[in-house]
Amino acid sequence: MVNALFFILAGLAIASAISCVYHKNPLYSAISLIGVFLSLASIYLTLAAPFIAVVQILVYAGAIMVLVVFVIMLLNLDEDKPITRLRYLFPIGGALGLVLLAQTMFIFYAVTKAPQPASDAGLEVGKTMSIGTAMYTEYLLPVEIVGVLLLMAIVGAMIMSRRMREPKIELVKKAEAEEA
Amino acid sequence: MEPGLGSYLALSGILFTIGATGVIFKRNAIGMFMCIELMLNAVNLTFVAFSRHYGDVTGQLFVFVVMSVAAAEAAVGLGIIITFFRNRISVDVDDASILKN
Amino acid sequence: MESFLKTAFPFIAISIGIGVAFGVVMMIVAYTVLAERKILGWIQGRIGPNRVGPWGLFQPFADLFKFIFKEDLVPDKSTKFIYYLAPLVALTCALMPMIVYPFGPPINVDLAAWLPYGLGEGFTQIPLTIANLDVAVLFVLSITSVGVYGIALAGWSSNSKYSLMGGLRSSAQMISYELAMGASVIGVVMLAGTLSLTGIIDAQIHAPWWARWYIVPQFIGFCVFLIAAFAETNRVPFDLPEAETELVAGFHTEYSALKFALFFMAEYVNMFTVSVMCVTLFLGGWYIPGLDYLARQTDLVWLFGVGTVGYALISHLGFLLKIFVFLFIYIWIRGTLPRFRFDQLMNFGWKFLLPVALGNVILTVILVFLLNR
Repeated sequence: MVNALFFILAGLAIASAISCVYHKNPLYSAISLIGVFLSLASIYLTLAAPFIAVVQILVYAGAIMVLVVFVIMLLNLDEDKPITRLRYLFPIGGALGLVLLAQTMFIFYAVTKAPQPASDAGLEVGKTMSIGTAMYTEYLLPVEIVGVLLLMAIVGAMIMSRRMREPKIELVKKAEAEEA
Repeated sequence: MEPGLGSYLALSGILFTIGATGVIFKRNAIGMFMCIELMLNAVNLTFVAFSRHYGDVTGQLFVFVVMSVAAAEAAVGLGIIITFFRNRISVDVDDASILKN
Repeated sequence: MESFLKTAFPFIAISIGIGVAFGVVMMIVAYTVLAERKILGWIQGRIGPNRVGPWGLFQPFADLFKFIFKEDLVPDKSTKFIYYLAPLVALTCALMPMIVYPFGPPINVDLAAWLPYGLGEGFTQIPLTIANLDVAVLFVLSITSVGVYGIALAGWSSNSKYSLMGGLRSSAQMISYELAMGASVIGVVMLAGTLSLTGIIDAQIHAPWWARWYIVPQFIGFCVFLIAAFAETNRVPFDLPEAETELVAGFHTEYSALKFALFFMAEYVNMFTVSVMCVTLFLGGWYIPGLDYLARQTDLVWLFGVGTVGYALISHLGFLLKIFVFLFIYIWIRGTLPRFRFDQLMNFGWKFLLPVALGNVILTVILVFLLNR
């Protein structure tokens, strides 16, 4: 049962990933990527990690990709221009990709052959309580660092995307002054 | 019947490779950004699979950290892309050539 | 055959549960639409629909048939695949939270005695919720946040300026108000100590008398949640994505017939979802204080003591009643308030609602600390 579910979801994930890379239109790519995220979230559910699954949907599908879609719509991006130069490098890129795949697979194969035993304690691990406990005791420092990182990202994004000139909203300001 | 650790790792490897080739082949910045997210997700899958395999919560915490970094990356990266678009009316990375020559 | 039945039994049971829940939610949604038209008519000094059936009671079905038989227009320049996908995304994301609604208390029944082939072995309770997820609150929040794609993609794919404006506005608005919504829920989660909706109701039942309903210790959180909920469901005064006086109909300008009906239903199902969340998080869910006490006092424990069908039924009706109160508030506000301007909306969300929600989190930390000392 779980096996069949895994293969369906894995197939979905790979198909969506390929279509994400294949499509020239950024919005189609974004939608395919959301498909990857959702199938991965379902795979996390079968791995007894409901918290990570839900956070995956919340953060990736619900926040990051909404931002991406918003930016694509805002900039009104067209399809990629046809590639004119470096075309002869494409087969080499594909071959390098295959080499990378082979390497990754070999490493993973070696890892699964390693003599560490599997543990049965996995069921409790995905629960919110165990994650929360670990987060605020053993791994407090990384969590704090992530907090600082997010703050830096907020400040950076605000400075970056701000227009340097004053926006032309005198009319609005005037109207507000009249109201007050 | 549950799939073993190997199946999850294989899926993760395939997704990672697709993402990596995508970063090489894509030319617009948003597409590259999305492929990087895809690679991060592939890595997350290995973390969760190992966490399940060894019954250890550390892997899931790492996923959490990776997600936060991805969120920070999205905020700053999209900010850069918007600024770049304002200056060049394009998000093609080939147009980011002001320092050339 | 027997072993097959045993394997299939949980799936069949869950399918029946989903079917019943779907039917109940859809009927409520259909009649919310009618109630909205009636109450709006009443507020505006009109009569409202009263032609189809007695007091217009069959109006929802008449509307449904009208939607089905209308001509389905598709704009020529639209992006077809996404154009068809968008309403499906919207309705699916609206319906998915249904699986974690706590409809009522569990009923204690000895199923082993009732069902043939020993199917009921090990089942001593019928829970009136489809899946008791450990992370139900986050689940609902995340699925609602995916729902924004339906609107954003509809706006983009229609290839019309009004629609695009609607889609843009809605994604900006939803991202902004989701933060406030999530932050306002944190207080409740901290008090209850769990993310499961059933667990939150249990925590409220066993809370000290003055905190029996979390609306009392979490009043600020409740207000923030309610306001953010209006924005999340694109209702007046936050209906900028579909503002009919400025954007014709916003993101669904180019949609007609059944595809429009899907968007329409999605909006009302979302209203229902948010009301369920409001009731569960802040008003004790299905719990009616004093009902079990009353049963014990009047020697009617067999009729509506804890765990009986009667108790479940009364609690469920109480749950629906609380939801109807919220649905009424939605309609009432639609009939009363004007719409925000877009910059006002953004300022309100980021500069007022979010800081208030975060302040509420800090206050709740102090409260929880004092309670646990």
